[in-house]
Amino acid sequence: MSGVFLARRLLLAIPTLLGVVLIVFVLMRVVPGDPIAMMTGLNATPADIERLRALHGFDQSIFTQFVFYLENILQGDFGTSITRRQPVADLVLSRLPATLELSVAAMIFAIIIGVFLATAATLWRGRVAERMADGFSALGLAIPDFLWGLIFILVLGVMLPILPISGRIDPRLGFEGKSGLYLVESFFTGQFAAFLSVAEHMILPAAALALPLAAIIARVLKSSLGDAMRQDYVLLARVKGFSRARIVTRDALRNALVPTVTLTAVQFTFLVGGTVLVERIFGYPGLGNMAIEAVVNRDLPLIQGIVITFAVIFIALNIAIDMTYALLDPRLRHG
Amino acid sequence: MADVTSMVSRAGWRRVMKPGGRILFGGGILGLLLIAAIFAPLLAPHDPLEQDLMVSYLPPFWSAETDGLYPLGTDSLGRDILSRLLYGARVALTVAVVAALLAGLLGTLLGLLAGYFGGWVDTVISRAVDIWMAFPPVLLSIVLVALIGTGLHAVIFAIVIIDWTRFCRVVRAEVMVQREQDYVASAVTVGLSRWRTLFVEILPNVAPLLLVLFSLEMGIAVIVEAILSFVGLSVSSDMPTWGGLIQEGRLYVHQAWWLMVLPMACIILTVLGLNALGDGLREKLDPVMRR
Amino acid sequence: MSPLLDIDRLRLVIGRQPVLRDVSLQVPAGSVHGLVGESGAGKTMIAKAVLGIQPGVAEIISGGITFDGRDITHLNDRARRALMGRGISMIPQDPMTALNPVFRIGSQITDVLRLHLGLNRRAAVARAGELLHEVHIRNVERVMRQYPHELSGGMRQRVLIAIAFACRPKLIVADEPSTALDVTVQRQVLALIKELQAHEGTAVLFVTHDLGVVAKVCDTMTVLHSGRVIEEGSVTDCFARPAHAYTRALMAATPRYDRPADALLPVPQAVTDDLLSATAAWDEQHATA
Repeated sequence: MSGVFLARRLLLAIPTLLGVVLIVFVLMRVVPGDPIAMMTGLNATPADIERLRALHGFDQSIFTQFVFYLENILQGDFGTSITRRQPVADLVLSRLPATLELSVAAMIFAIIIGVFLATAATLWRGRVAERMADGFSALGLAIPDFLWGLIFILVLGVMLPILPISGRIDPRLGFEGKSGLYLVESFFTGQFAAFLSVAEHMILPAAALALPLAAIIARVLKSSLGDAMRQDYVLLARVKGFSRARIVTRDALRNALVPTVTLTAVQFTFLVGGTVLVERIFGYPGLGNMAIEAVVNRDLPLIQGIVITFAVIFIALNIAIDMTYALLDPRLRHG
Repeated sequence: MADVTSMVSRAGWRRVMKPGGRILFGGGILGLLLIAAIFAPLLAPHDPLEQDLMVSYLPPFWSAETDGLYPLGTDSLGRDILSRLLYGARVALTVAVVAALLAGLLGTLLGLLAGYFGGWVDTVISRAVDIWMAFPPVLLSIVLVALIGTGLHAVIFAIVIIDWTRFCRVVRAEVMVQREQDYVASAVTVGLSRWRTLFVEILPNVAPLLLVLFSLEMGIAVIVEAILSFVGLSVSSDMPTWGGLIQEGRLYVHQAWWLMVLPMACIILTVLGLNALGDGLREKLDPVMRR
Repeated sequence: MSPLLDIDRLRLVIGRQPVLRDVSLQVPAGSVHGLVGESGAGKTMIAKAVLGIQPGVAEIISGGITFDGRDITHLNDRARRALMGRGISMIPQDPMTALNPVFRIGSQITDVLRLHLGLNRRAAVARAGELLHEVHIRNVERVMRQYPHELSGGMRQRVLIAIAFACRPKLIVADEPSTALDVTVQRQVLALIKELQAHEGTAVLFVTHDLGVVAKVCDTMTVLHSGRVIEEGSVTDCFARPAHAYTRALMAATPRYDRPADALLPVPQAVTDDLLSATAAWDEQHATA
């Protein structure tokens, strides 16, 4: 089952990806302002500018440029960054692991917090716990990730400075992460001081990213749990003699997760998108941070590469979510 | 025939008019925002751009060293925070209303078409939506504004371009449900053309839903504007914006924390209010819509 | 010998509205007792009260339920959970919704075995297999690994029956267990319940509105109307010599294969009126302040 399912989804994703690349490409070319002129100094002659233009392929027709670009992409060549003079692919790959680690950590936070709140609210329905969970959800829904980031900086970085608010790791530790996935690598190579440092630096930005998602998960899951608790199979579980706690956390939760995944799926992709600002705010050296720099500097090839990378992550995330959905609901597996 | 259909939409509207707690709260916030925005020149005690380095870093009214002339304190250049916040509300509200309206128009139109006509129209529009939703919204908005240039128009344009899909998806789903209803069948039997059916019969029944989406969209627009002005890509740097105030305040968070916190509070309250309004409306309308 | 289940003058109200009006009912050990009545008569409420799952707003204001010599009317949560599934279990009405759609059949049987009998995984799986065998399911291995949506309604009901008998309870409450099924399957399910019940010596409280079922399966019966007991006794006696006009009317209204459809008679208005005024009189007499 899974193989075919996966293959189908991947196949369907290709036209979407193509569309994304096309749109990005067109957008970049429609730019007012001349990126080439930005790259050259004041002493550049028109001849130099023309040469540079030809070098980057800006002198061809848009269509030719696009085909050229596609060909290159398929060979792994995303062009060269105008500001940094390095291959875009290399730059992206150097920052990607950081963002991935951060996003995954944030998602895990969000799921834990969200599921906990929803379950607590259902288990202790009608009591204080439920009110608190509802209140938190409302707050979490209203405050976007970057504002949470700022709040954290204020409260936990400035007022009570207990956590670092910038960077990824204490540079004094001299940690050399070969894989780019500092957290994972430091853990598995036993470098626990480094692991702690990385974790410390990640907590605040990950929490900022996680809270809006956690709020939505809490709210949707609580509602689904409510629905599930009214079903006949819950009644049967009661009659079998199981405690309420077990019924909520096992029989009902498993069922409630299914609609929750569909309804919260899009928020997961928003979380990844949120890394752009949150990384900026926390000075976290990831893809999002680099993206803002690239935009401010009008570094077209880099912007292109980063946007496409994000789009790929989004599409992959959507596929992963679809698969999770099928995994959770056995009724979908045979259809 | 027409009576039945207008009865359905009127019932929806009557329900809406009875206010619930959340609607009152949200409506109140929106009202305050409107007042602040429209009457900013009258309400603001100072010119928001006026600098006076003699009075910089004054704390707000709850602190001992405050100066009565500056109720919410001043920033590093001696500018009155309250006035700046009020004018910031102008930007926020303008962007919110206009962007939400335009995004709503575009998204609703496409959603109506996709949902009602189906077939290749639907396929094309739905594909477009899928592709659109593959882009990280924040990044896209930043990129767009960086490309188009700054200014109110650019910000609104960026928001519309990015978020029309929200309206489109929901409207499309709703139209597909409504399409199967009896009143549509009877409209067709009576001889109403497909276009007239769409706009005269179906649209009024979708309208209450649009109201919900509109208030939620306003909240989103406020946030996106804040993000853009935070990054420095919103309206020209003369006009105070809440996001811009946060960015400025961030630099002085150790000495004058209120510079960052006050505009944050404004944004949070506004979005809370708009969300509450949207939620309250949605709750009111859900049983009606599902009938 | 005292009955296994003894309901003594049970009075249950929802708010100010009486629902069960001094209901008394006995189920001897090992026998099948039918609880008959129209919808709304209160039969399901009695079943729920015995199981302890009546809605929170329902209040038992007097009378009691004794099971196996023990007063179970107002049990605390812990005692109740120890009893349910073990001493008393239930066969639910709708097999399509009573099983949890995301868990395999096997685990839905082993869970109750492990909870009450403390069996380890292996023993529980083996016992679950035996149970499925007893309810005449073929391909036991396969079915254990399947999900509810992969089984037909009849098979799901068999699984539910297996679950009910799993811990060898002394009493099973069957709440219209065949109503949601089509006729042929109905017959099989009823036969199955009867077979297992006789084999295990389990008592059954059989809630139904169908007198035909009562005739087939039950030893004794109680007729209920508006929460009051109208008639009771052995099935043979009640069918042969119904004492109350209502009982007679119910029997006349029951479709039988040897009687043309147009000969079916609804319960005569007079009888219903009679009963309703009797109920009103009871209410007045026992009005709670």
